[in-house]
Amino acid sequence: MTDAATLLSDPLEEVAPPRGQHGAAAWVVWLARRVGLALLTLWLVSILVFLATAALGDPVRAILGRDYNANPGRVAELEAVLNSDASLVSRYFDWLGGLLQGDLGTSLASGQPVSELISSSVVNSAVLVFLAAVLMIPLSFAIAMISVHYRRRRPDTVIQTILLAMAGLPEFVIGVLLLALFSTTVFHIFPAVTITSPTGHPWDNWKVMVLPTLTLVLWVSPYVSRIVRASLLEVIDSEYVELARLKGIPENVVMRKHALLNAIVPGIQVIALQLAFLAGGVVVVETLFAYPGIGLQLVDAVRNHDVQVVQALSMIIASVYVVVNLIADILSILLTPRARTAISS
Amino acid sequence: MSTEVAPPPPAIAPAEPSTFRKALRQKRFTVGLGITVLLVLFAIFGPLLAPYGENEVTGPPYSDVGFLGTDYLGHDVLTRVMYGGQEILVIAVFGTLLGMVLGIAIGVVAAYGGGWWDEVIMRLNDVVLAFPQILLALLVLTAIEQPTAWVLIALVGISHAPRVARLARGVALGIVSRDFVIAAEALGEKRSRVILAEVLPNMNAPLLAEAGLRLTYSIALVGSLGFLGFSADPGAANWGQMIQENRLGLSTQPWGVIAPVIVIAIFCIGTNLMADGIAQVAQRGDD
Amino acid sequence: MTVTESSPKGGLVVSDLGVDLTGKDIDVVDDIDLVLKPGEVVGLVGESGSGKTTVGTSLLNYSRAGAFISSGKVLLEGRDVLGMEWQEVRKIRGEEIAYVPQDPASALNPAIRIGKQIVELLQLRNIGTSESRLQGARDGLAEVGLPSDDEFLSRYAHQLSGGQVQRVALAMAFLPKPKVLVLDEPTTGLDVTTQAMVLETMAELCRTHGVSALYVTHDLAVVANIADRVAVMYAGQIVELGPRDAMFRNPAHPYTRALLDSIPHLSQARALTGIPGRTPAPGARPSGCRFHDRCAFVVDACKESVPELRPVAAEHDVRCIRAEEIGTWDISRGTVPDADPDRPREVILSVDHLNVFYGSKQVVYDVSFDLAKAEVVALVGESGSGKTTISRSVGGLHKDWTGTITFDGDELSKSARQRDAVNRKRLQYIFQNPYLSLNPRLTIEQIVKRPMELFGIAKGKEATDRVVDLLDQVALGPRMLKYQASRLSGGERQRVAIARALAAEPDVLICDEITSALDVSVQGSIVALLEGLRQQRGISMLFVTHNLALVRSIAARVEILQAGKVVEAGSVVTVMETPREEYTRNLLSKSPRID
Repeated sequence: MTDAATLLSDPLEEVAPPRGQHGAAAWVVWLARRVGLALLTLWLVSILVFLATAALGDPVRAILGRDYNANPGRVAELEAVLNSDASLVSRYFDWLGGLLQGDLGTSLASGQPVSELISSSVVNSAVLVFLAAVLMIPLSFAIAMISVHYRRRRPDTVIQTILLAMAGLPEFVIGVLLLALFSTTVFHIFPAVTITSPTGHPWDNWKVMVLPTLTLVLWVSPYVSRIVRASLLEVIDSEYVELARLKGIPENVVMRKHALLNAIVPGIQVIALQLAFLAGGVVVVETLFAYPGIGLQLVDAVRNHDVQVVQALSMIIASVYVVVNLIADILSILLTPRARTAISS
Repeated sequence: MSTEVAPPPPAIAPAEPSTFRKALRQKRFTVGLGITVLLVLFAIFGPLLAPYGENEVTGPPYSDVGFLGTDYLGHDVLTRVMYGGQEILVIAVFGTLLGMVLGIAIGVVAAYGGGWWDEVIMRLNDVVLAFPQILLALLVLTAIEQPTAWVLIALVGISHAPRVARLARGVALGIVSRDFVIAAEALGEKRSRVILAEVLPNMNAPLLAEAGLRLTYSIALVGSLGFLGFSADPGAANWGQMIQENRLGLSTQPWGVIAPVIVIAIFCIGTNLMADGIAQVAQRGDD
Repeated sequence: MTVTESSPKGGLVVSDLGVDLTGKDIDVVDDIDLVLKPGEVVGLVGESGSGKTTVGTSLLNYSRAGAFISSGKVLLEGRDVLGMEWQEVRKIRGEEIAYVPQDPASALNPAIRIGKQIVELLQLRNIGTSESRLQGARDGLAEVGLPSDDEFLSRYAHQLSGGQVQRVALAMAFLPKPKVLVLDEPTTGLDVTTQAMVLETMAELCRTHGVSALYVTHDLAVVANIADRVAVMYAGQIVELGPRDAMFRNPAHPYTRALLDSIPHLSQARALTGIPGRTPAPGARPSGCRFHDRCAFVVDACKESVPELRPVAAEHDVRCIRAEEIGTWDISRGTVPDADPDRPREVILSVDHLNVFYGSKQVVYDVSFDLAKAEVVALVGESGSGKTTISRSVGGLHKDWTGTITFDGDELSKSARQRDAVNRKRLQYIFQNPYLSLNPRLTIEQIVKRPMELFGIAKGKEATDRVVDLLDQVALGPRMLKYQASRLSGGERQRVAIARALAAEPDVLICDEITSALDVSVQGSIVALLEGLRQQRGISMLFVTHNLALVRSIAARVEILQAGKVVEAGSVVTVMETPREEYTRNLLSKSPRID
């Protein structure tokens, strides 16, 4: 409603939104609101995790399988551990209370505290995702920029066709093909599975890291660079870039200062999305390469119906998503003048 | 106004060609459609043409008996591949449908309802979005002893729904604020009719593109679940599960793994090309 | 051409310019010859699809993606801009030929502060030191009447008003002291007072710096106020070119005349007329004279070959073979008596003490007015005056209001949904933008039929027959029935929207700026159509507009609005001939006029 937006008749009297005065307070309020919403989301996530694992089926029955009817003693034992007699609500708050104090519970399968079980795999997975992200981001931006440079000419079409084909492939397809190519069938350069000593880290032998990382990079990059290319093109076709050209600004300055600055924000959003994507991708990739991270552990825990471990790992992965998105949102707003000034006024 | 005569017939067709018609002009769409149709036919009619029975032992494990050799139990790999598509196809297609229907309903209601409705629905949507699709499926599988096909369809559908909803809401927001929707409101049309007759028909191109993309992801998701050992019938042939089963023989009898991987890859490329073809049409808008 | 190609210092000579679509043998513009003398403002006028913007950017050797400059020369002091190396072109752009865009809000970079964008221009040309550049930016802003303090320099484009943005664009264009300026509809979308200020600033700058300007616009009234000479374009060609006074006193081309016939005057009511048919797109243009299929004076010879642009008087050229045969023309043609202020009124709709809110913000304050049967009441104001908000509240599209709206004895509920079917049926709303108000997926038949079905007026075959009747009334053929709305031109769409409103057999039409998105010739025919409906069916109309001249031709009464309040109201003749309020006088004096 333009009618509602501007009520001033004389344009000379129109003033910009006030700046600075309420700035600081407005920022604190805004930031608190964002963080509060993220916390709310996390709380709802915990409810969902708990309901999905504890309420949908009967974990005890799932764990024991055929033994369920044959072994009432074991049933009672497990139900005691899970505290099945208590109401769903009180069990949830017990679990949540523990979670908030850093107590993730005890694994049903091994009887060990969950936090001990998962600590090293969390680190291992973080390293894997970090490596993939560090390679993926510059690679996909570089591909996008090359593509934009040759826009709608041969190299662009070729790149786009390859990317389009690759963007549809699931991670296990890429992983298996790499495995066959570099490890088992054609060449024998890299190991097929990750063998780690109980005290060491997988990256002690760098060769171990190559295939899992490469799989993740090849899985995500096509998608990211296609989006980055699209947003770059959108900026380049905009009127202010057209005008910059008509003002006679050299092409490289147009690209560097006028175009790229406005393409960063969509870029950040894509990267955030893809980091979250990677968090899901590790599940399959780690299983494929037997890489000792949370993905592999999660799949094992699901197979063993080890409820506590699944709950803990799911909370970790979902929290990563929520936090990454929070950061991306805040960065995007800070880098968009229109949104930034809207807050402080 | 005496000089005003009916304008001469403009040289245009009375109706805009349908999204499908326009997509057919895209090379990538026709190629993708061709691949997809072939793969679907292969999955449906494969069992009828397979040289051996699904669980027939044709030779020693990991041997080169037969066109593509045998798998870890000595079944013929080619036969298993021909049998292995049906489950993936059925679960992926129905899961995608379910996800699209749920997602569109959520997204359009949020956009059209606006205000509090929108805020609450999208906040809940965000919660489900916090889980990567495969994680959401695994989470539920923890408490379930043996998933049935219906459970898998529901899992695929529900994991798609919030993502579809986000897109559908975005598209619908651009439409509900247009004057023709307001005009229908002013005439006093029923809300359901406004959504069905005014809003939805204007969303079909982006939604079709999304459906194609979701189908690609469904195949990947169902394949991944099979690969992780979760399928409706562990004894039956299943492309994803074949990779898991025959993985140890990768160095001696790679076809047991490579054959299903290639079929899945081609399938995904096909549906993805198709989806992108429609997306190209959708992006160009009304003209 | 009456001017030789050896141009003196400054100025620009365009000869035989043509722009084609890439990869097709289709011209966008063709055979353009134009001279900009030093210090002169030439108005380039045309409706949408005429190719005027293409000509404008071609002067900077620039064409949009999908088109290329296929022929011709643009001579700047004897140098051909179109034949230059691109490095040279880049240097010329901005430095010698500057460009002011149509929509400056989207043409200023949203991520860079205003001051920095101006300084960047000087920096690129290595003008001055870093301090003097900043001072240059300040001077430039001061020259266009904007603040030049640090606070203003550090604003982003979105923190400026429309008029300020446009003046920033002007300042940036003038900063490198160009010789030629190309302005592409720079005041479209601005209020008349803002427009007047921008135009004044522009004229002042052109005078002091001796710059020649090409002013591209669709608005003949603006051109009448600022241009020294005027060129009229139709379907990619210049059809008439001459000194301003000659163009408005003795237009020689049938198209120019038809265009002038469709424009309302401030001084007197007119029976406006439109031009039948639609402007042909590139590739669909007729052979021979491109206007022949819409021309009232067409003879067989017109269809045979493209007429040459030929002189009919001193410096006055026309592209018509019959220019001498079509008689004389008079600006006051079509004048009709103003609506009679003393006509007895039978009130059908009355608005009392209307206050409208958006959330906690009040945008309309205690507005009261009424509407009589078969009467047109105009709500007039600039943006932010609340005119559309009032009409939406009356129409039930906005429900956050207090006060009473009485319709034929019934007090109306806040939103359309709460009103009963009879009131919804009798009160119909027509929207500003016909590109948004018709569902592009439905056929014209479905769109027009729907209100009949909904209100139980007719259905099935009977309804279809009524649709055909209605289409006939709005001058659309029955062929249109099966067309989707997306296939129609803007004017055709607005006719369909009117037909849809008529399908409900209403007593009151609320017309919200319904002609502002349309070309003037289309506006003329829509206004003629509405006037016919009023007389034949006795329909009353609430006509929302920003265009005072249009009010004179269509309305009997007028409410002048400012910032959500009525500042002056009364019969159109009284208010426009003897305005009492300063604000009304200001609006009237700032409105561009051709009479």
